[in-house]
Amino acid sequence: MSSDLLIENQHGERMRLSMGPQHPATHGVLRLLIDSDGEVVSRAVPDQGYLHRAIEKIGECVEWAQFVPYTDRIDYVCAMNANLAYCVAVEALLNSDPATAVRVPRRAECLRVIVAELNRISSHLIAVGAMAMDLGAYTPFLHGLAQREAVNDIFEKLCGQRLTYNYVTIGGVAFDLYPGAEQEIASFLDRFEEEFRRFNQLITNNRIFRERCAGVAPVSAEEAIAWGLVGPNLRASGVDWDIRRDEPYGIYGELGVRVPVGRGYAGARGRVGDCYDRYVVRLLEIEESVRLIREALRLLPPKADKPSDPLGGHQADVGKQLRKPPRGEVRVRTEAPRGEMGYVIVSDGGKQPYRVRCRTGSFSAVGIFEHLMRGIFLADIVTIIGSFDIVVPEIDR
Amino acid sequence: MKAAEDSIVTTAVDEFLAWGKEHSLFYLLFATACCGIELMQTGGPRYDVDRLGMIPRATPRQSDLMIVAGTITHKMASRVRTLWEQMTEPRWVVSMGSCANSGGPFSKWSYSVLNGVDKYIPVDVYIPGCPPRPEALIDGVMALRERVRRYRTLGIRDRDPYVVAGHEAPFGSHPGKEREATR
Repeated sequence: MSSDLLIENQHGERMRLSMGPQHPATHGVLRLLIDSDGEVVSRAVPDQGYLHRAIEKIGECVEWAQFVPYTDRIDYVCAMNANLAYCVAVEALLNSDPATAVRVPRRAECLRVIVAELNRISSHLIAVGAMAMDLGAYTPFLHGLAQREAVNDIFEKLCGQRLTYNYVTIGGVAFDLYPGAEQEIASFLDRFEEEFRRFNQLITNNRIFRERCAGVAPVSAEEAIAWGLVGPNLRASGVDWDIRRDEPYGIYGELGVRVPVGRGYAGARGRVGDCYDRYVVRLLEIEESVRLIREALRLLPPKADKPSDPLGGHQADVGKQLRKPPRGEVRVRTEAPRGEMGYVIVSDGGKQPYRVRCRTGSFSAVGIFEHLMRGIFLADIVTIIGSFDIVVPEIDR
Repeated sequence: MKAAEDSIVTTAVDEFLAWGKEHSLFYLLFATACCGIELMQTGGPRYDVDRLGMIPRATPRQSDLMIVAGTITHKMASRVRTLWEQMTEPRWVVSMGSCANSGGPFSKWSYSVLNGVDKYIPVDVYIPGCPPRPEALIDGVMALRERVRRYRTLGIRDRDPYVVAGHEAPFGSHPGKEREATR
């Protein structure tokens, strides 16, 4: 922390600012109560709850499969991963009793990896683009959006929606690939790599951008673990941890996920775990996702005639199991773009969940804000919010 | 408007003002939830609403149009009202998506979601969808531009019924009373 900036009893005028809930740089309706002395922030306290939609409560009111569309709205920037987290959790519940065990077809598992990683790419593009936009560079955001549109086109052909997909279902995926989808995804990846290089030239090595981010709000590995950071924010601090590799679900165990970690990429002024590291780790994850999609396309078994075929089908039969699931409690965590998305599901053996509890990456990230936003410049607040890539409904739910 | 000669145009003051307003609808960069991403993508490179004279503004004081993109909770509702009051008149409101229209998927079970933003601010155009596609948003904006064109600064102002984007004939008059007060 640059606490040397924080001098008590300065001759300035102390102010209390309210940043948000409507503010272009707070990524939604987050509100920060800022105590500042001129340009120096002495304290900033996040105020959440402006988008609390009681999604967990709704989980107790709807049937098992009906909750999947609501998971879209928990994290709309990466709805596929949000669907996947819930469905993996429900499948773990069903598998806890051999009588109701469900085996997801292998083709469906490959499709899940493809859509989840595609969505990770488009989510990280929004994250890094919005961060650059917050720092005053509008063009990279447009480049990111152009690529996101290409991913949206693929998803739209796949499931008919651009943003809230409801594609991953309990026991598989809702639809098989449309004709020519493999070639389209492969050609998108080729085009994307070219565009991605251009994106890096435009902003990653931009000196102004780098200077704005280097050394700002570094989080050490111990701090990151102590504050419960997850996902890219944790890895940026140098902690080598990824659920996809260390507690694999689906077919991630076979893919050999390579995990990028922060190393102080900004050079001489950079520190491990600063805003620039959080930015670069996301870019490296995009590259890794491209590799994973290619790998999953290679492993994709040919389509079978029957949808519930264990190899080439796309949807196992789960209707009977979901009417009478086993009693019990499961805890499952998956790796979403904003970090671990974990579900605790309690079942009393009925048609509806007894309790659905969801823990998300942005919620962890917003916890450390008050700790980081002390003795920094006012303009760095925007950098910090952008670098942690928060999505407000993930915090409030 | 009539062109009398080259570079001479005769028109009524009201028509001229309405023409200007119609082609420069600055909108408030205000996104609460999922629809905000579609709003951003509508402003993005493919749909590019800049070509319609729509430029995002970060402050309500510079905006003519508020696109309520996303769920409004009870905690947020009074802030939305404050934002609307800070906008300069004439001001317009587009309710984008099911949540802002009626509470959408959250209306039945959620205890914290406002069932329709029109309980707090008067809405001119409703756009259905969860979330609406960018094409639907642009269609709603075109429906709004019809209204803006009919807006009279000096002349007699008639009260318009609200519009649902995608429907030819508007049905019913506006439920709120604020419309009369503001025009």
